[in-house]
Parts: sequence; C-alpha cells; structure tokens
Amino acid sequence: MSATPSTAQAQTDDVVLTVEDLRIVLDPSGIDIDDDVTFAIHKGEVLGLVGESASGKTTAATALLAHQRRGAKIAGGKIDIAGTDVLAASPSELRRIRGGLISYVPQDASASLNPALRIGTQLMEILEAHGYGDSSAERQQRLAQMMAEVLLPSDRSFLRRYPHQLSGGQQQRVAIAMAFACRPKVIVLDEPTTALDVTTQAHVLETIRDLTRSYGVSALYVTHDLAVVANLADRIAVMYAGRLVEIGPRNALFAGAWHPYTRKLLAAIPDLSGERALHGIPGWAPRPGQRVEGCAFTPRCDMRIDKCATDYPPYAGPTVEHQVRCWRWEEVRAQPAEIEGPLRVHSDGLSASAESMVVSAHNIDAYYQTKKILQDVTVDLHDHRCLALVGESGSGKTTLARCIAGLHPFKIDGPIELRGKPLARDARGRSRAERQAIQYIFQSPYSSLNPRKTIRQILQQPLDLFFDLSRDEAEERMERVLDHVALDSSLLGRYPEQLSGGERQRIAIARGLAAEPSVLICDEVTSWLDVSVQAAIIELLAKLQAETGVSMLFVTHNLALIRSISQEVVVMNDGRIVEFGLVDAVLDDPQADYTRKLLADTPSLEGVYATTG
Amino acid sequence: MSSQIPVTEPDLLLQPGVAAGTKQRGELHQLMIEAWRVGRTKVGIAICAFIVAVAVFGPLVAPYSPTEFVGKPLAAPAPEYLLGTDYIGRDVLSRVLYGGITVIGLALAATVIGLLLGVGLGLIAGYSRRVWDETIMRLLDVVLAFPAIVLALLFVSILGAHLWLIVLMVGISHAPRIARVTRASALEISQRDFVHAAEALGVPRRNILFREILPNITSPLLVEFGLRLTYSIAIIAGLSFLGFGLQPPAADWGLMINENRIGVMVQPYAVLVPVLLIGILTIGTNMVADGVGRALIGIERGTGGDQ
Repeated sequence: MSATPSTAQAQTDDVVLTVEDLRIVLDPSGIDIDDDVTFAIHKGEVLGLVGESASGKTTAATALLAHQRRGAKIAGGKIDIAGTDVLAASPSELRRIRGGLISYVPQDASASLNPALRIGTQLMEILEAHGYGDSSAERQQRLAQMMAEVLLPSDRSFLRRYPHQLSGGQQQRVAIAMAFACRPKVIVLDEPTTALDVTTQAHVLETIRDLTRSYGVSALYVTHDLAVVANLADRIAVMYAGRLVEIGPRNALFAGAWHPYTRKLLAAIPDLSGERALHGIPGWAPRPGQRVEGCAFTPRCDMRIDKCATDYPPYAGPTVEHQVRCWRWEEVRAQPAEIEGPLRVHSDGLSASAESMVVSAHNIDAYYQTKKILQDVTVDLHDHRCLALVGESGSGKTTLARCIAGLHPFKIDGPIELRGKPLARDARGRSRAERQAIQYIFQSPYSSLNPRKTIRQILQQPLDLFFDLSRDEAEERMERVLDHVALDSSLLGRYPEQLSGGERQRIAIARGLAAEPSVLICDEVTSWLDVSVQAAIIELLAKLQAETGVSMLFVTHNLALIRSISQEVVVMNDGRIVEFGLVDAVLDDPQADYTRKLLADTPSLEGVYATTG
Repeated sequence: MSSQIPVTEPDLLLQPGVAAGTKQRGELHQLMIEAWRVGRTKVGIAICAFIVAVAVFGPLVAPYSPTEFVGKPLAAPAPEYLLGTDYIGRDVLSRVLYGGITVIGLALAATVIGLLLGVGLGLIAGYSRRVWDETIMRLLDVVLAFPAIVLALLFVSILGAHLWLIVLMVGISHAPRIARVTRASALEISQRDFVHAAEALGVPRRNILFREILPNITSPLLVEFGLRLTYSIAIIAGLSFLGFGLQPPAADWGLMINENRIGVMVQPYAVLVPVLLIGILTIGTNMVADGVGRALIGIERGTGGDQ
C-alpha cells in the first residue's frame, strides 16, 4: 500500500524532491503523528500542503530538513532532494543541506529572528555559513540583491536595524530573504502569513510567487487555509490525521475533489462572493493516538462503509498526478461538485426604528492610556440583526467591542447607551440587568474558560448572578443552553481541557446564552478554530441569531465570513469607521478605497472557480 | 433539536477527553505524581516522615519524663541513659523525643500565617494593580528589609517572649516573599479572558480572587510553602536557641542546644543530636520543595502544545 506509482514514475521527470513512506512517531510512546506520507515536488513547482490542526502537516514539513521537534522522531521513510538522501546525512552534511539545498520559513518571523542581532548581521551570517561567494564584497552584493528580491530597502541604515524595529510583514520578508539566500532547490514555508494582516499577507504571497517562478525554486507551502494556496499552489496535497488523503493539481481539486474530506473542507471555506453556502464538518480531527484503525475520517464521513473503519485505503487514481485514498473515491468523483446556491442572510424588510435600537454608541473616542485609539466612532445595534465589525489588527474593532461590554480599562468619551439609557464605562458600574443584557464571547476558547472549573460550574455562573433558580431549574436551563449549541449534557461534569477547541467555543457561547442577553458580542470567535469547525460555529451563530432574535455584534478580520452571518457591516481602519452599510451593498459595491483594497487582498476561491468552471 | 447544525455524536466520535482525561484530573494531582518521580522528593519525604515520627511518637516511647533528673549532670552515655544526661542531669534521649513537636508545630503555624497573609495581599496586588498594587508591595518591601530574626526579636523585646508573638512575627516576615510569588502568578492569570468574562458578568471581586484566580496558581504556591517551611524551622529553632521560645524547663531542640553548649566538650550528644535533627529536617523539607519545584518546571516545559 506504500509503493505508489507517483514516486516510481516521477523519478524520470524533473523531480526535485521525493518523500516516500515517511513515518514520524512520538518518542517514546511510538504513537504515530505522520504515517505513510508520500509525495514529490517538481522543479519550480509550489505544492500546497493543507491540513487542519494536529493533522501532522508541520511535523511532516520540518522532516524534510531532517528536523524534529522534541518528543518526535522520524521512524521511517526516505527523503530525497536532488539526489541527496536527507535522512541518511551526517550532521555536517545536514548543515550544508539546511539552508543550502532546502530552507525553511517559519510561521512567526518575529520569534525566529534573533532580537539581539541587526538584520544585516543575521543575513550575512547565512551567506558566510554556507560559504556563498568568494569575497566579502561579493556577499555584500548578494545581500543587496536578496533585499531587493523581497522588496526591502538594502541601505545601510535599514540593515542596521534590529528585528523589533521592523513591521511584521518586513520581518517575514527578512525570513524569506534568509531562506532564499543561498538559492536552495526547495523551500519549505510553514504558514508564513498566518500572523499577518490580509494586506500584508497578499504582498508576501506575491513575493513568494515571484521568487519561486523567477528562480525555479520548488516550494512546499504548509497551511490550514485552502483559500491562501488557491492562487499560489500548482498542486495541492491534503492531509488528515497524519496521512495524505488526496494530492492533485489545484484546478482538478477545486473543480471536483475525490476525497469526501477535501470536498467538505472546500465547502467549509467562507466565500467572499457569497456564491456558496458555508458548511461545517461535524466533529473534529482526531489527535495522534486517538485515530481509528482504518481511515481516520470515518467518524465524520457521511459516505462511510464498514470497511472504512478497519482498513486504510491505498493510494488510488487514474493518473500519478491525482491520487486519492478513499475506498469510494470513484463514487465521490461521480458526484457533482457541490456548489450550492448563494447563502445570504436576508437584509431586506428590516426596520431600523428607534424602538428596535438595543445599543447605540455615538461619536466615541477611546484611549489606550493617553493615546487616542478610537476616533469619533458611531455604531447602532438593532434587535434581530447582526452587525459585522471588520478591520485589520490595530483597527480598533476589538476596543470598540470591549467599550460596549464595559471591559475597556481606559478613558472613553461619548455616550454608550442601552435602550436609550447611558451605560457606565466599567462593567462593575453597571446594573445587574445591564450586565445581563450584554454578553461577550472571547476570541480564544483556550483562555476564556477557567481550566479549574467544570463546565457545570462555568455555566452556573451567569445563572447564579442573574436568575434566582432552584437546583433543578438551573440544571434544566444548562441542559437547554447546551442543546442550543449542539452539545450533549454529559459534558457538564468535564473540565475545559477535556474538550476540543470547537466544543470549548460552544461552551463559551452557551455561557453567553445562559444569561439570556439582548446583545451578543462575538470577538473574532472563530480565529482560533480550524476552518471546518469555524464553519460549524458560524452556522450555529447564524441559526441562534435567527431563532432568538438576539442582536449580535460580530467582530472579525475576515471579510469572507460576514455574508454568512450578518446583515450590516462596519469597516474600520486606524480607529475610524471608513464605511458602513448593508453587507451586500458594501461587498458588491464598496465606496471606500480601504474597503476595496481589503476586498482585493482577501484570499478567495473565486478566481480558481472561475478558471475551472 | 432537528436542524442543519451538526450535532456531535459522542458514541461515534472519539472524545478528546478520553485520552486527555487520564492526564487531566487536576493539575495539583498531576504535580504530585510528577514530583514523586523526582528522586529527591522521595528522599525528602522519607527524612521528613522520620523526623515528624520522632517528634510525634517520641513522647510515647521516651524512657523518662523530660524534666526528671536521672543522673549526674553531663554524664556520658550509659545503658540507663543512652545519649547521656544534660547540664543538670536530665535524660538527653527523653528530652530529644519530647522536644521536636514544638519546633515543627510552631514552624508550621508560622508558615501557614505567612501563606495566608502573603496569598491574600499578593492576590489583591496582582489583580487590582495600580494603586493597591503599589501600596501593598512597597509596604511589604519595608518588611522585607528586616531580616526575619531581627524583626521577631524587635517585637519580642518590646512585647515579651510570647509564643504566639514569635509565630506571628515569623509568619509576617514570610509574607512579602509569598506575596511576590502570588502577585506574579496572579498578574499572569488575571490577564486571561476567563477573568475578563467574570468581570463582564459582574462576579464579585472576592470571588474572582478566590474562585477564578487562586485555583490556577496553587502549584507555585505549594513550592513556596515548602521553601518557607524550611526557613521557619531554622528561624524558630534559632529564636528558641536565643531564649525566646519555650522557657526552661520545657524540652525543645533549640533550647537544648543553648542550655547544653557550655558542656559541649564534655557531653556533645546533648547539643549534637538536636542540631542534627533540626539540620536534617530542614534538608528534608527543602528537598521536597525542590522536587516539587522541579516537577513544576518539567510540567510547564513538557506541555507546549501538541503540534
């Protein structure tokens, strides 16, 4: 089941890198993180390696440099880069291979650059370590060239800066320059844009694309976001629970994937155009050690047959270019690619009267210590409506949300009113009814639930504070809110650490709902979750909002999400509102330059779908 | 609820908790298990158990009363008195067996007082920040400026050598350091979103301190407690050596060292045995604290995400 036609035949081709039967295990338990990973990359090709958290994609990617994080071990397989057997290399050979033959761009450049060294020094170090060029002058020349390649200035004053004096995008460019320094054959990019804003991300992606094209460098681009690689990768490999489930040309994959997981993953990606409905995948990806015998996707798959749970399917497919590991791939292939009718939250027939106004914040200025970070911001929240608050990091969107929730610890000028009555700045200064009316759901479910409390104790808190319930009534109420967020009441006795990220976020939502609020503030509630889970949470929130009529403020950096959840949108930049209106109007016909730029930079599948029909 | 919302099927999907559950079940519990794996913890616990057993069960097996005269002063060991007699002819073995409980009891009491004070003040300082933080921490710095023994002597010389006063002063002298550890941990925890969530709900401050924050910082406090206990033993024994503990004719290890030092050349056991016991006990508590501390660092380093 391991020998695949792709590697056998690919040898004859212009293949730069081959990976065969790679197996990585946890040491000493021997639980496999990655198993049976086989793929090849051609010269100048960009392969997108896509997977959700804990799918083993980063582990597999760093294995290409024969590197493993502590606690993991490469237990088998073969990695060949341009004729060099990487796993058999001696330590001194490895030093030459890393950076020379294959290089790595990490996710967080700010953490990977040495904060105590000037960037010029760090870049020069690479060239010297690999003996690039014959003289110092030649290396200086190369250094200037490298900086030009990543569109950074190469003057002395810039090279003398320390990493903290650069922006996040500039830091990532420096990291990319370092990776390209010695003209490697292969470059491994590990989610290099995840920490960046969309605008910066778009520029960095463009730089990567140009560099790989002009120098014929092959790249492995690791990401959790299919939309990011949609316009970058030539081929895409999809990983699930440590195994490659499908690998194929980008266009073929987007036009009609052959693995049920790939199909569902595509359906879970929010779409800017609103042409496709958003669908989550029930459940979550299993972590190492919790995988079933056969295909790990079996429990979440609606096409599963008995065989799936016991036997792992081999690589299959008519061509070496497009391979899939599913027993029923031919049936999946026969199904029409599921591009459903547009899902839009209806915005027509909404009345915006003064009576329906729940929260209004007018001409708000807010400060961080003495610095003004919100300038003259006005928003109104109405019953039965969801307002999306969109902006990049530092735009002030979270500050505004926190001001409304009474969590902003500094000065605020301007009235924030709840049904016409002014609210105190601090949540403690507000009445019980006021605190109950506004509930806040935090970005990270890993931080918003007290790890020392059971789910029961967590849900009990709002009930104790706002209602006078008997024990039985409270229990019943808890079961009801859990039911609302599609969780089983058997979770009540658990601790947050025993739940997955998606489940934790559902608990956080349930805590908000338990207070029976009039306004639910959702602050980037999906940014810590996998795409498939994100889609499920968005579906849930949209449904809850429609059912309960709660007014919702949905804070996000992702423009593509808002069509699936909100009727109105406010776009913020630099502490000011640049545009607001109905979602369809703003997205279809943006008036502000900033909104247009944001829309253009948001990764989208539209382009790919357009080319594949 | 029939809807398009995906309902998780608990029987079909593997619950993360099934595997995590074995590891989970309380951080403190996990800390204990990890600490037990560190060799020095076992040795430390064995030492402490031995000394505590001597102090607690000693009076039951002592051959004589601690105040009974059994022979000549400073007599060498003999079958009637295995460790000889002290400077006025009492049995050293019996006095050793009776004299441990006060040191251990007073040291424990002082440490607990220090812990209560320090944790309370540290939590308030770490959570409220700004004015309260500054006020509390600067006041504690003043206390910190006095060596523990000097602080205790100062008050004892003014108010008299009361046991409660000694315990209280030793406790107070521990408070600043415990408060610092508490404050640092509380500061980190109070920036987590679950604390903000409680604030937004309007949970009373007291509950935020003791129900949201405190349960999350028990591990470092446990290490600190062990360390402070070691110091308490040394200080309490030192004070009673100086004559500010139990008063003669009571049996007490610190007092015994003082009483018998004049005869140390003639009859060393009356000094040596209490010295050794106090020394070994502090080594024992210190080893336990160190073992738990190492386990804590190990746990913090080991759980760095799964990918």
